[in-house]
Amino acid sequence: MQTAAPQLSTGSVFELVDVHYAYQDIPALNGVSLCIPAGQCIALLGANGSGKSTLLRLLAALCFPDRGQLAAFGTPLSEERMQQEALAYDFRRRVGLVFQNPDVQLFNPTVFDELAFGPLQLGWEKADILRCVDAMLAQFAIAGLKHRSPHRLSGGEKKRVALASVLITRPDVLLLDEPTAALDPRSQREVVRFLAGCRGSGRTVVTATHHLDIVAEIADYCFVLQAGRLVAQGVPVDILGNAALLRATQLLDAHNDSTPHP
Amino acid sequence: MGEQSYRPSGHRHGRGDFLERLLRGLLDAMDHAADAERLAARPGMLQRLDPRIKTLGLLLLVVTAVFVKSLVALAGLFAFATALALASRITLRRLATQVWTGVLLFTGVLAVPAIVLVPGDVLVAVPFVGWGITRQGLRGAAFLIGRAETAATFALLSILTTPWPQVLKALRSLGVPLVLVAILGMTHRYIFVLLETGVQLFEAKRSRIMGPLPGPERRRMAMASVVVLLEKSLHLATEVHLAMIARGYRGEVYLLDDFRTRVWDWLALAGFLAVAAIAIGWQWLALSGAPR
Repeated sequence: MQTAAPQLSTGSVFELVDVHYAYQDIPALNGVSLCIPAGQCIALLGANGSGKSTLLRLLAALCFPDRGQLAAFGTPLSEERMQQEALAYDFRRRVGLVFQNPDVQLFNPTVFDELAFGPLQLGWEKADILRCVDAMLAQFAIAGLKHRSPHRLSGGEKKRVALASVLITRPDVLLLDEPTAALDPRSQREVVRFLAGCRGSGRTVVTATHHLDIVAEIADYCFVLQAGRLVAQGVPVDILGNAALLRATQLLDAHNDSTPHP
Repeated sequence: MGEQSYRPSGHRHGRGDFLERLLRGLLDAMDHAADAERLAARPGMLQRLDPRIKTLGLLLLVVTAVFVKSLVALAGLFAFATALALASRITLRRLATQVWTGVLLFTGVLAVPAIVLVPGDVLVAVPFVGWGITRQGLRGAAFLIGRAETAATFALLSILTTPWPQVLKALRSLGVPLVLVAILGMTHRYIFVLLETGVQLFEAKRSRIMGPLPGPERRRMAMASVVVLLEKSLHLATEVHLAMIARGYRGEVYLLDDFRTRVWDWLALAGFLAVAAIAIGWQWLALSGAPR
């Protein structure tokens, strides 16, 4: 299924042309071509193992295509090019990735260090870092956790800290891998509320998820992946209304006819 | 994890089978760390100090305890360490179980032979064997045990009254290489993740074992678990490295501290210096007639 591509407001942030990627001999992405425009909130939909996380890692320049082209902000990305100090600095400043497992992302001894890590790597002044850390702690209601060790936090708290630790550098693009996975309903709602608030803010947000019930709230446009291939794209109302597509991509139980409300 | 209170069911103090003992060991390790962190968060005299001042001051007292040449001064330092512990809400029982008994047993093994082996003025003879306990031997043993007990008490005070991240930052402030501090910090962070993984792994196995296992099978299972944990830790290390890169890490780690030194901290440092100076100075006073 294919509906009209989203309007390119201020140019595309990412462009992928016939991208292939494999983990040793196991293919993860197979000829994916797509364009992610600036300022849009995008949902990457797909069942487990469909290639969503791999695609996010490619967009975050943590791995690079085996074949095909990947460009970010109009500049081709490759492992060699990311060795260039200026390019890497600019890219890391502009693109933030929130990992699915917060235990991977929260590697510092305290929440304060966690939030300060990104700005320190980008060479911010100490006064600016302290001010921004306090602001983020207040914004995410985690001021009380400032000196706590991340491994002592609940799942919801970890997720908020992970989000804050990425957002503190004010990235233009936010990539999120299953942001609502393994969270209780209240924590899920907080994350969804945050992502819904990003719509129309000018920030580009790419969220990988298989939770269809949040898509209409958080996304302007959807890409659907299946077995490493892009099988559909369109606005949420069209994608969510297509029960056959959702069943075929295992996003909907074949025995359950109730499609999510767009 | 921090608030978990799960215990393997059944005999808490019994031997239990291999898995149960291993699980209990892992949980004890986590409990111990959590307990230390709770203690460090309590209001107390040492807890209130700037970690840099505290680390510096207690380090100075450890060095003083090692080099002091007067038993009276050593006893004074030991009493000061105990008073600091009480003022920091660390009980004598905790000190006794966590440091004094262990140090006494360890150094006692070394010190006891010295009582009879060091030649000197014989105070009393050991019945049956006739070995003479000498004044010099007793003095040497008292120094060895006293120094070890006092130094270990000061060291434990530093650890129990300072959250580990702040210990690391204080070390960094005191000139310990950044790479070492970063490695220690991440090791401390992920040791808990791996402990948790270990606990889950053993719980999962335990839930599928119907009865006691024969020895070879237990050993095979233990080895398999070690391999799985190693694989998981390697995977975790790769993922963490990617997460660091995603947030701008380019091979150089930076740390930031938000310590603030107040008048009280300077006063405390002056107090530590004064105690160290008195202890060192006591031996000079001893030359002019004070008890040694």
